[in-house]
Amino acid sequence: MGLLEGKKLLVTGVLTDGSIAFHVARLAQEQGAEVVLTSFGRQMRLTQVISRRLPKEAPVVELDVTDAEHLEALAGRVREHVDSLDGVVHSIGFAPQSVMGGNFLAGQWPDVATALEVSAYSLKSLAVAAKPLLGRGSSIVGLTFDARYAWPVYDWMGVAKAAFEATSRYLARDLGPDGIRCNLVSAGPIRTTAAKSIPGFEAMEGGWPDRAPLGWDVSDPEPTARAVAALLSDWFPATTGEIVHVDGGVHAMGL
Amino acid sequence: MAYTESEILEGLAEIVSEETGLPADSVQLDKSFTDDLDIDSLSMMTIVTLAEEKFSVRIPDDEVKNLATVGDAVSFIAGAQA
Ligand SMILES: NC(=O)c1ccc[n+]([C@@H]2O[C@H](COP(=O)([O-])OP(=O)(O)OC[C@H]3O[C@@H](n4cnc5c(N)ncnc54)[C@H](O)[C@@H]3O)[C@@H](O)[C@H]2O)c1
Repeated sequence: MGLLEGKKLLVTGVLTDGSIAFHVARLAQEQGAEVVLTSFGRQMRLTQVISRRLPKEAPVVELDVTDAEHLEALAGRVREHVDSLDGVVHSIGFAPQSVMGGNFLAGQWPDVATALEVSAYSLKSLAVAAKPLLGRGSSIVGLTFDARYAWPVYDWMGVAKAAFEATSRYLARDLGPDGIRCNLVSAGPIRTTAAKSIPGFEAMEGGWPDRAPLGWDVSDPEPTARAVAALLSDWFPATTGEIVHVDGGVHAMGL
Repeated sequence: MAYTESEILEGLAEIVSEETGLPADSVQLDKSFTDDLDIDSLSMMTIVTLAEEKFSVRIPDDEVKNLATVGDAVSFIAGAQA
């Protein structure tokens, strides 16, 4: 029996077959889950085409996490495909180029605000929008990049990730009484579309493979996707507000 | 069975035309995706993905930035299916 047998999952953030979310959706299906994807605007078409590369083509519902109407309509749109959800994956990040790439001090509030809304506040928006479909024992999982440190070029996206991590803890507090868990996977650098759009991303990859006691492959999203699947499963029933590091061990090293 | 270069051009033109709304006969070998056909990076990703499916080839991300013109893409696909 698969790890996620019979589970119904909403997976955001599939853009290409390199997206972390694509590998989460693929693994989840392999492990017995039924998957519904979200995408938005002009990206919808690419997500639909990519969905055909999953073991089983998944339906794609429209969700721009900054659009109040989309959020309100989400539960209804998902219900056209599944009657309830056992898990939600938040795999969404965006910051305007002007607030990444090494000019932190020049960051202007409107662009910083966009980064915070899309990359941090959206975890709350998504959780609330999906809540009518989530029963006891269900699980929300998001993707972060260790926000305890200042990184090269990550800049205001790093600030957004700090807010994202805090948002997850508050969701754990407020959704816990309903039996809903909220956890994050803190991944090492992986060469996805989002990562490559960060000016100077190579500086972030830096010495990661050398610093990681287990080593680290920037082209392999599989370990990250596996951790997401595990947190979606019934094998972390008493874990919430947690951040699991999938980074080859870098977070635990001093030098 | 391998596609000939003219079959690839025809198939690619169809994909580009569907994605951009440009007439298929404007998609010619010497046309630049960005400068002549005004294709942005999201459209380019979609076109590449559809072309991969249509011609059963893999076009790695790192290769896409080398495909400046329609002709570049046609030769890459022709070579990749061998
Ligand atoms: N790639 C890495 O190195 C890395 C490391 C740690 C964490 N992460 C996180 O993983 C998550 C997924 O990123 P990825 O690396 O797979 O890149 P990706 O580009 O494949 O995915 C980013 C997704 O965000 C979605 N998105 C952007 N704005 C949106 C909006 N307004 N509404 C709905 N969706 C929106 C895009 O459609 C896209 O699918 C992000 O949260 C990212 O910060 C990535």
